[in-house]
Amino acid sequence: MPEISRDEVAHLADLARIDLDDAELDHLAPQLSVILESVASISGVAGDDVPPTSHPMPLTNVFREDVVTPSLTAEQALSGAPASDQQRFMVPRILGDEQ
Amino acid sequence: MTDTLVPWDDVLAAYDPALGLEVHVELNTHTKMFCGCPAVFGGEPNTQVCPTCLGLPGAMPVVNGKAVESAIRIGLALNCEIAEWCRFARKNYFYPDMPKNFQTSQYDEPICFEGWIDVEVEGETFRVEIERAHMEEDTGKSLHVGGATGRIHGADYSLVDYNRAGIPLIEIVTKPIMGAGAKAPAVARAYVSQLRDLILALGVSEARMDQGNLRADVNLSLAPKGTGGLGTRTETKNVNSFRSVERAVRYEMQRHAAVLDAGGAIFQETRHWHEDTGVTTAGRAKSDADDYRYFPEPDLVPVAPSREWVEELRGTLPENPVERRARLQSDWGYTDLEMRDVVASGVLVPIEETVAAGASPQAARKWWSSELARRANDAGVDVVDLGVSPAQVAAVQALVDAGTVNDKLARQVFDGLIAGEGTPEEIVAARGLAVVSDDGALGAAVDAAIAANPDVADKIRDGKVAAAGALIGAVMKEMRGQADAARVRELVLEKLT
Repeated sequence: MPEISRDEVAHLADLARIDLDDAELDHLAPQLSVILESVASISGVAGDDVPPTSHPMPLTNVFREDVVTPSLTAEQALSGAPASDQQRFMVPRILGDEQ
Repeated sequence: MTDTLVPWDDVLAAYDPALGLEVHVELNTHTKMFCGCPAVFGGEPNTQVCPTCLGLPGAMPVVNGKAVESAIRIGLALNCEIAEWCRFARKNYFYPDMPKNFQTSQYDEPICFEGWIDVEVEGETFRVEIERAHMEEDTGKSLHVGGATGRIHGADYSLVDYNRAGIPLIEIVTKPIMGAGAKAPAVARAYVSQLRDLILALGVSEARMDQGNLRADVNLSLAPKGTGGLGTRTETKNVNSFRSVERAVRYEMQRHAAVLDAGGAIFQETRHWHEDTGVTTAGRAKSDADDYRYFPEPDLVPVAPSREWVEELRGTLPENPVERRARLQSDWGYTDLEMRDVVASGVLVPIEETVAAGASPQAARKWWSSELARRANDAGVDVVDLGVSPAQVAAVQALVDAGTVNDKLARQVFDGLIAGEGTPEEIVAARGLAVVSDDGALGAAVDAAIAANPDVADKIRDGKVAAAGALIGAVMKEMRGQADAARVRELVLEKLT
């Protein structure tokens, strides 16, 4: 049965930029273990002949024609932004490299 | 801080390099990878965006079929296998260049894998093996506003334009290239240059490195000579010209060797290439944050290209590069050495286009392979980024063929073209470059030259026609190179024989 450790939860929280204190980690780690165990029970039902899937619909090759559709205006695009300047989204500067 | 570098010959004596190249190709589809926003360069900020490429809640991506077609054609041209079934995956990271907080990419199921391309370096063929070519989307462009330069005093923030976010990209990754030794920098350059030729022949991208349509990341490691191992690598990002690819490999080889010689260790990190100074500096170290938590993209269904479709696309491929080079060499009548120079200086495609625009193969080679390649080298740019088009080169040669300008004056026309002064014809007119073939003006200059050089004139009268060169030279000098040399010769001989 999958077991998720407190350290693993702390690592995931860090990756997801979620600030969890010690009490929250203690609280969440067992809960996540229960969720994983519940999901894992599906493995018991699915036989070896059932391939894992990432999509509920058995479809492939759903493509779009390469034809331009209208975009938003810059004003519309920026309307939900907390801050903007020079017609661009303003974000806190992140030191470090682009990915 | 300046890095210590080991002399080149000492690097080669002690180490074997292993190269790896990751090249991102921005496709020239009309629309983005997963939405119908236009995928063109240079729009006003945030005017080519929609809920899908902005990652707004509820927006659903749909794959651009044309981009899949281009990906398959690139894969086939690189002799890759094409996956029968593959998926997109989310690459999760926090950086504001993607508004979704993930990039839609492919992870362990690339659409193309296990290919190769033969590249020629100084007459030797290197087989570069391709690990994979996968589909993904480009990121937005960030403008960093620092304290000193910010409009608000002390401001420290970034401004993001998402027009580029979502433009289809194909990332082509090589396997480690071993055994290139001293030729490693040249092999890296030749690979990127010949890959670009292939992409252009396929017509799937504008492939301009200066505009970022084609971007190279250079992985390099050194292993002690003869051990056949792989050392720890560094990845130099966004090296954006052929010339820089070559220089970055050489620089990293010399820098790695210095670190290793001093008993140090290379850390796996990204490096930044500085075009102006020709050095790399440390970027981000590999860390826990590089856990991208890839998982299959639930909003997109798998791509399963039928074998019929793949074979149909195989039928649309251009001639393979090796056969193509052989055919062009034969068509153009170039010697092996001339052809090698042409390939090495990355001017095969420009020459082909110049010949197609009407110039002779020899004239096209003369301008691209010597004149323009030299100027590009002096300016520190790739020849294709010099600002002179194949059609303009053909037009300049047409002026030479028509006798309007000679080769010397043509070089001044190129000065004008690079300076953006207009068409070749306009430059000839504006700069007053046309050759003088008017007998009145030439005759007066010839008479003056004869008068000034009576000894030479006497020799010619005595039948020593070869001496005419001295008088022609004097006339050319007097007319600052703008005389029609052939007509001057005729006039000299007419007057003295």
